[in-house]
Amino acid sequence: MLTKIEALRAQLNELLEKAESSAELDKAKVEFLGKKGAITELMTSLKELKDPMEKKNAGQQINLLKKEVEERLAARADELVKLEEQRQIEAGPRYDFTVPAKSGQGSLHPITIVQNELEEIFASMGFTIEDYDEIVDEYHNFEALNIPGHHPARDMQDTYYLSNGQLLKTHTSAAQNAIMRKYGAPLRAIFPGRCFRNEATDACHENTFFQMEGIMIDEDISISNLIYFMKTMLSEVFERDINVRLRPGFFPFVEPGFELDISCLICGGEGCPTCKNSGWLELCPCGMIHPNVLTAGGIDPEKYTGFAFGLGLTRLAMMKNGIKDIRVLNSGNLKALSQFTSR
Amino acid sequence: MFISMNWIQDYVDLSGFDIEGLIKRFTLATAEVEDIIVKGSDTNGVIVAQIASIEDHPNSKKLHLLKIDTGNGLVDCVCGAPNVRVGMKVAFATDGGSVCGNKIVTATVGGYTSQGMCCSEAELGISADKAGLMEITDDIPLGTDFKKAYAVDDIIFEVDNKSLTNRPDLWGHYGIAREFAALTGRELKPVPQYDAAKIANLPAVDVEIIDKELAYCYTSVIAENITRKVSPVNMRIRLFYCGLRAINLLADLTNYVMLDLGQPTHAFDYAKVKKIEVKRFETPFEFETLDGVTRKIDENTLMICSNGEPVAVAGIMGGLASEIEDDTTSVLLESANFDGVSVRKSSTRLGLRTDASMRYEKMLDPELTIVAAGRYLDLLTTIDPGTKIISRVTDVRVKGFPEVKLEFNKAFVDRYTGIEISDERIVDTLVALGFKVEYEAGNFKVEVPSWRRTKDVTIKADIIEEITRVYGYDNFEITTTASPLRTVRSTTSRKDTIAIKNLLADKYGWHEVHSYIWCDARKFADIGVEIENNVKLVNSLSTDLTVLRNSMVPTLLTMAVENKQYDEKFGIFEIARVVDGVDANNVCVERKKLGIVLFDRVSGEEDAFFTVKNALDSIADITKNVAFKYERTEPAHAWQHPINLAEISLGDKKLGYFGVVHPSVKKNIDKKAAVIFAEIDMDILASIGKKDMEFDEPSKFPSIRYDLSLLADKKVLFGEFAKIIESENCENLADYTFIGSYTDDTMGDSKSVTIRFNFSSRERTLSGEEVQKAVDALIARFAAEGYSLKA
Repeated sequence: MLTKIEALRAQLNELLEKAESSAELDKAKVEFLGKKGAITELMTSLKELKDPMEKKNAGQQINLLKKEVEERLAARADELVKLEEQRQIEAGPRYDFTVPAKSGQGSLHPITIVQNELEEIFASMGFTIEDYDEIVDEYHNFEALNIPGHHPARDMQDTYYLSNGQLLKTHTSAAQNAIMRKYGAPLRAIFPGRCFRNEATDACHENTFFQMEGIMIDEDISISNLIYFMKTMLSEVFERDINVRLRPGFFPFVEPGFELDISCLICGGEGCPTCKNSGWLELCPCGMIHPNVLTAGGIDPEKYTGFAFGLGLTRLAMMKNGIKDIRVLNSGNLKALSQFTSR
Repeated sequence: MFISMNWIQDYVDLSGFDIEGLIKRFTLATAEVEDIIVKGSDTNGVIVAQIASIEDHPNSKKLHLLKIDTGNGLVDCVCGAPNVRVGMKVAFATDGGSVCGNKIVTATVGGYTSQGMCCSEAELGISADKAGLMEITDDIPLGTDFKKAYAVDDIIFEVDNKSLTNRPDLWGHYGIAREFAALTGRELKPVPQYDAAKIANLPAVDVEIIDKELAYCYTSVIAENITRKVSPVNMRIRLFYCGLRAINLLADLTNYVMLDLGQPTHAFDYAKVKKIEVKRFETPFEFETLDGVTRKIDENTLMICSNGEPVAVAGIMGGLASEIEDDTTSVLLESANFDGVSVRKSSTRLGLRTDASMRYEKMLDPELTIVAAGRYLDLLTTIDPGTKIISRVTDVRVKGFPEVKLEFNKAFVDRYTGIEISDERIVDTLVALGFKVEYEAGNFKVEVPSWRRTKDVTIKADIIEEITRVYGYDNFEITTTASPLRTVRSTTSRKDTIAIKNLLADKYGWHEVHSYIWCDARKFADIGVEIENNVKLVNSLSTDLTVLRNSMVPTLLTMAVENKQYDEKFGIFEIARVVDGVDANNVCVERKKLGIVLFDRVSGEEDAFFTVKNALDSIADITKNVAFKYERTEPAHAWQHPINLAEISLGDKKLGYFGVVHPSVKKNIDKKAAVIFAEIDMDILASIGKKDMEFDEPSKFPSIRYDLSLLADKKVLFGEFAKIIESENCENLADYTFIGSYTDDTMGDSKSVTIRFNFSSRERTLSGEEVQKAVDALIARFAAEGYSLKA
């Protein structure tokens, strides 16, 4: 009996070594463990043994063998599955991830990207974001901003006048009056928008461009607040610590009015060709809102003060993206514009 | 404008200060300095010497061999100047020296040794005159350092004229000197004046201001017996450094006084101009100005006349006929003030902007005319002591600017500045700038000086600027506001805009563009789109760009054509303004619109059409949480397809349309491509609220799917079936969708439309019988409407 068992074990070893498919394993399983299988037969023949000790011993040996067969068949089956998977993987497709694929990602206009970014910063500082008409009357574009009829800014050559007597707004400040009237004081608002100047276009000049105006009005808003605010806001815009300085500048709708310079973005203030060695870049006009403008907006200048600033969105978009020719922006040229996929 | 620091220091002692540092402070306190130019530092070793002898050069007609007496022996010099003369005193650049940066060394010129160079004024950098050697007057001893003899060393800075627009007082050195005095705390010296009392009893000049509207005042005086023709060297150097050309003494003096005080003056030859009238002419005429150009003068241009004959364009330029000439010995001086706006407009009309008109435009102080006349006489009589003044300083004045007195307190200043500036400092600053200040216990009463009240300083807030700019914005402590932060919500319009732009770029891969608000006639013509009547620009620089657009689509179509090189398939979009004519009050009806154009040479037109529709559905989804309604509509524009055109609406609001471009336009864009457009009114969209989210708990029970194919005429739209299904109010019908439609040659005018129905219940699993009953009911209803099942 024990000899038979050893013979069966040897047979199993041979079978397992040869088995290359799960079908062969299934066949082996039947041969060993099936109803007419070798082990079942052994079990049946057990009753032929007379010696109880021998019978018990042989029974144990057969059970051990049975267990061994089951385990080894299962292990081999697992192995074969893995081998098969491996074969399939090897035989399967190999993708070339270095092949450039078209993402099909669309683009936002660089002005939109900068505008969204700025709006987010201002919204976080409690500013209302306002949209305003592009076609306005002389009152909103000029008179309400303390720009009298004889002012050079009102000469025909700078402003696009329309056949119905209205005009295309020349600056976002044209919205100041309406926004003051809409909200009253206190007020924090920005109003980005498209502006128009009647001039010939070249690499640096466009007749259609974007600005973003901001105003902050409350009791006791001071020049000190203005400087603080501009420094904080511009540091956020340029994502670095920005130094600002004010110089006197004349704009009819502010008093005092300033030109705001920022420390040069290229050299950081050391002096370089970009800043003409001055260390400063002229960035935006700003100032304390003129009392006449507050009055026109229905706000009492004896009670409230405020500041206003005008950022050139177009210029910012050009600075941030290294766009040299302003005409790219309104060209609709997708070879240029489709590059602006990141936000 | 160029400013000479030597000139400034005539009026304020700046010794001990770093001059370039002060100029930088001037930028921060007053006006932008564009450039600082150091003059004379690169000229060294130039002395006053004398030509002792002259020999012709044997091999050259132009060159001469000179012996130069340096005062310390003779040296050789080969010189090509035409005006050499024995005994002439010259500026001689010695060996080892330099002239305007050019090194001077002993060299061989034309075979002869030259130990230095005799210089022209141009070579010395003190004028543009290079015709011959500079001739130095006899009174200067030999060997004197040229830079000691004349004011060659100077620091010049250039102020950006634009930054002086609102400061009429800064258009001359005296006004700038006042700024330096205020910035440094040094005293400002008075302007030297001819003692008017000495001539007070002389007869007046015959002056009449006929046009009292456009002139403020006319100050004049007459002098004769003037023999000196050439201005002193130092005066000519200053004029040159400040950008003007020396002409003759009388003309140079007018320029000098203008640069000195900012007040333009004009010198008429008294032999030609004896009396003055200031007036406009009723009819246009031609007039030849000093620059030799004959100009047309219209009835709006103020003129200076003499006995009815025009002699100058007021505030702009004198006439050629009355100019100072070589034989002029007497002068009638004009120091006047004209209306700034009128001068600017006349100057624009004439296309003639002069140093004088630039200043008058700024609204000069009328009080300045008398000071300028006094200064002119002072200079003239000092330079040419033989001058005889034959009239008194005659001042005819028809109007002036009102006095401006302002009252404010310290709290007002504090509120504006947000920092502490002491009362004393406020008073000192204002006084230094020429304001009269009465101060008592925190209250200030201020009288604005005449030179600041013409337009610049008229209200209290203007005073703040004076105080703070001199204090220095760099010295401000910066603080945040006490103003409380309030939350703000984004408007629907802004949310919609951002959501739509991101959707179209991110999901559909389209590109946002920017375009112009007007139609481009040339580009429209290229694609066969006719410009529709609308509001126009009246002063466009181009006749092609005048009519405002009434739709985004044609502009985007022109851009699509321009991008055919970019790709076979692309979408572009823009949210911008169009104008829909004018309303009853003649005000433009401005609308903010989303425009979309899809250009597609790859997929078929139907695919492209449904891509755009899909995008519109997405827009409805993300912005309003509802579905748009689409209905076929008649074209409103010739570029729209007559059949494949749908109106987009939501509830009772019409939002826009989408469809296929008319074949007559499309063929000009691209013969093969599908070109689909859409336009949505963003203002109307923003007026519609977003439907609240109504969460629909999915049924836990299985659903049963049932497809029906129905026969219909080709023209029947799916919407017909949808209406029928909706009206059935089928109890357990969860949803239904359009699967597809099919037609072939055998079907004639019919098509088969397949619809998928999903039945399910929230309470239980539906039985096959129940569903079949519902389907049968639907089939019966379809049959009743004339749509039979496809066999």
